[in-house]
Amino acid sequence: MSTTITMPQLGETVTEGTVAQWLKRVGDSVEKYEAFVEVSTDKVNAEVPSPVSGVIRELIAKEGETVPTGAPIAIIDEVGANAPGAPGAPPAGQGLRTEAARHEAEPARGSEAGVSLAPSRLGAPDAGGAPASNGAARRLETSGDAPEILRRVSPAVRRLAREHEVDLRRVPGSGTGGRITAADVIAAASRLAASAGAQLAAARAAAEPPAARPGFAAPQPGETLPLTQARRIIAQRMVESKRTAPHAWTMVEVDATNLWKWRESEKERFSREKGRTLTLLPFFIHAVVQSLRAFPLMNARFAEDGILVHREINVGIAIALDANLVVPVIRDADNLSIAGLALAAGRLIERARTGKLSADELSGGTFTVNNTGANGSILSAPIINGGQAGIVTMEAVVKRPVVVEGDAIAIRAMMNVCLSLDHRVLDGAVASAFLLDLKKRLQAMGPAGEL
Amino acid sequence: MALAPSAATTMTNVEAVRSTLYDALKHDPRTLILGEDVGARGNVFLITKGFLEEFGPERILDTPLAEASIVGVAIGMAMEGLRPIAEIQFADFIYPAFNQIVGEAAKTRYRSNGDYTCPLVIRTPYGGGVHGALSHSVSIEALFYHVPGLKIVAPSFPADIKGLLNAAIEDPDPVLFLEHKKTYRSVKGEVPAGHYTIPLGRAEVKRPGEELTVVSYGYNVHQALDAAARLADEGMSIEVIDLRSIRPMDRTTILASVRKTRKLLVIHEDSKFGGVGAEISAMVVEEAFFDLDAPIRRLCGPDVPAMGYAPTLESEFMISTERMADAMRELVKF
Repeated sequence: MSTTITMPQLGETVTEGTVAQWLKRVGDSVEKYEAFVEVSTDKVNAEVPSPVSGVIRELIAKEGETVPTGAPIAIIDEVGANAPGAPGAPPAGQGLRTEAARHEAEPARGSEAGVSLAPSRLGAPDAGGAPASNGAARRLETSGDAPEILRRVSPAVRRLAREHEVDLRRVPGSGTGGRITAADVIAAASRLAASAGAQLAAARAAAEPPAARPGFAAPQPGETLPLTQARRIIAQRMVESKRTAPHAWTMVEVDATNLWKWRESEKERFSREKGRTLTLLPFFIHAVVQSLRAFPLMNARFAEDGILVHREINVGIAIALDANLVVPVIRDADNLSIAGLALAAGRLIERARTGKLSADELSGGTFTVNNTGANGSILSAPIINGGQAGIVTMEAVVKRPVVVEGDAIAIRAMMNVCLSLDHRVLDGAVASAFLLDLKKRLQAMGPAGEL
Repeated sequence: MALAPSAATTMTNVEAVRSTLYDALKHDPRTLILGEDVGARGNVFLITKGFLEEFGPERILDTPLAEASIVGVAIGMAMEGLRPIAEIQFADFIYPAFNQIVGEAAKTRYRSNGDYTCPLVIRTPYGGGVHGALSHSVSIEALFYHVPGLKIVAPSFPADIKGLLNAAIEDPDPVLFLEHKKTYRSVKGEVPAGHYTIPLGRAEVKRPGEELTVVSYGYNVHQALDAAARLADEGMSIEVIDLRSIRPMDRTTILASVRKTRKLLVIHEDSKFGGVGAEISAMVVEEAFFDLDAPIRRLCGPDVPAMGYAPTLESEFMISTERMADAMRELVKF
């Protein structure tokens, strides 16, 4: 009995994946849930656990090859004492013909001889067997021996099962005669999501730390660094953004003295109560979100058939890692307070540094904030994150002598805020108005405010 | 007409029809009523009692027993600027007027390229369950809902009757206004004071629910609400939509509900074959196939030529609340 392993879908929006590295060779044995392949998608690497125990028969996809999700990448021969069709399995007796026939129609169920697919047993969620590959599911549906109830699923059930990648053979049916209802599929999908997360984490913990690769951390002169998947994608996206979106650039100076004081006054309490450092970033994002609300054109994307003004405000935050850059997204950032933004950003930064970001956390951004000041920069010309109308940077806060009211000179904590905009979407006037609005909001922030 | 913000009054469906007609006659001099026995007799249900004395024979017209003429004359009045409200005494008598309604009224705007419209309301009591036998029990909506250019309304609550009758009178095109006889005096409800309209073509969720959508209209809506309330005691959550307008049909409300509950039961007293439920079912399958978790079910009147007079035959024709509850229970559990 063999199981075909397909390219998993790592995130709702992901359509393909690259086999980054096989952790097993042909002939190696693999345990159920043991990581056996490393797959990389747009910026995310994940080790994929084996759905079955067995021996690797064939590695269909080569390392470095990109294949669509659902495409076969490997075949594993299952090890099971009584697996029908496996070497050494006793031939089915005369009287067992019906049962055997049922098993034929029921791939990858392993050694549960004698267990029929009677509706009452359909759903034992822990019934053996691999999560069906698409092929297996199709065979089951069309098989003449498959129980009536499985061959007749409602359009809603079929759609939901496909969307949530739920194997209907493992869903307990609560409807008339054991029929699987739409609600059953939704319940199964949420169970699956919970356990998949746990499995992936377990597989990751079990795997050895990845071998140190020749690094961007310590590049040697004369050396050609191999392109990692992430580097390749960053390169692609940057070129694409620069090529398609005519960048315009503008900047304002912000007096961040009061904002700075406010942060200082809240810093200690915040870290004591919430266990996270309170940086200037959440204050900044909060102001940006308010300004995006006031200037919806900044929260838009250019498409051939028109400019799509987003309903949601999903703010991406650029985070530098050792060898690359990731931009995880705070979804519906306009629903969060400054404290909420601090926690959300903190979580994402932590997950980025530990390589735990999921593909979905990296997608869906509608605008990007880049904390270039964290590296000491006071001026930068950022490249727009593809498909967005703009990107804004917060530069380092620097004490400078400035002319204040009454023509006096005072020492103020100043911060530059730079904006690159997609000139196809909007023009300088709106962009400047947006920046001035942002400046006003930042300067209005001070110790009297509410986190 | 100003919207007078005063308290609501409780009235029956028949009182709602009467008071809305009265207000229209009072406030809009273009309105008039014509039909059989609407004058001296004040209508067989006493809807227009006293109107002849108050508004005079020029605006309350007793006609001969000639439905084609009632509608035909009303069409001419409507095209020339009046707002006639024609009454067909019982829906069962509407057939002689079929040509005038379908062949003339519904086509006036189209035929004249918009030069003429036909702001005509044809009111008629319909439906069974009142021992009306063969010629006082029929449902006629399916005969007319196929006709583009004709609007059909069948409200079942007093407040809806007022808002929709006002909207029908003010509409520039012909509206067939159906009043279920069995709800005339059996249904009571609050009616807001002052003038208001309810847009034609909007259904209303009369009871929100999660597990099954029931679409109905007329007397059946009240039974469906009773059945749904009963099943709530059994832990089932059923959404009941009162169609109110048969054409235009409120696809948005129906689809939103079915997409939520994933199951649909259509109930109507009119015969099943080619009935309003057929259109609703086809529309839902076309638009929301992948949201359906059960076959659509129709609970309708039987395909027999008429409602019998014998109580056993009549009750067999009318859909009982028990049958509705059974069908709902079955679908929720499906």
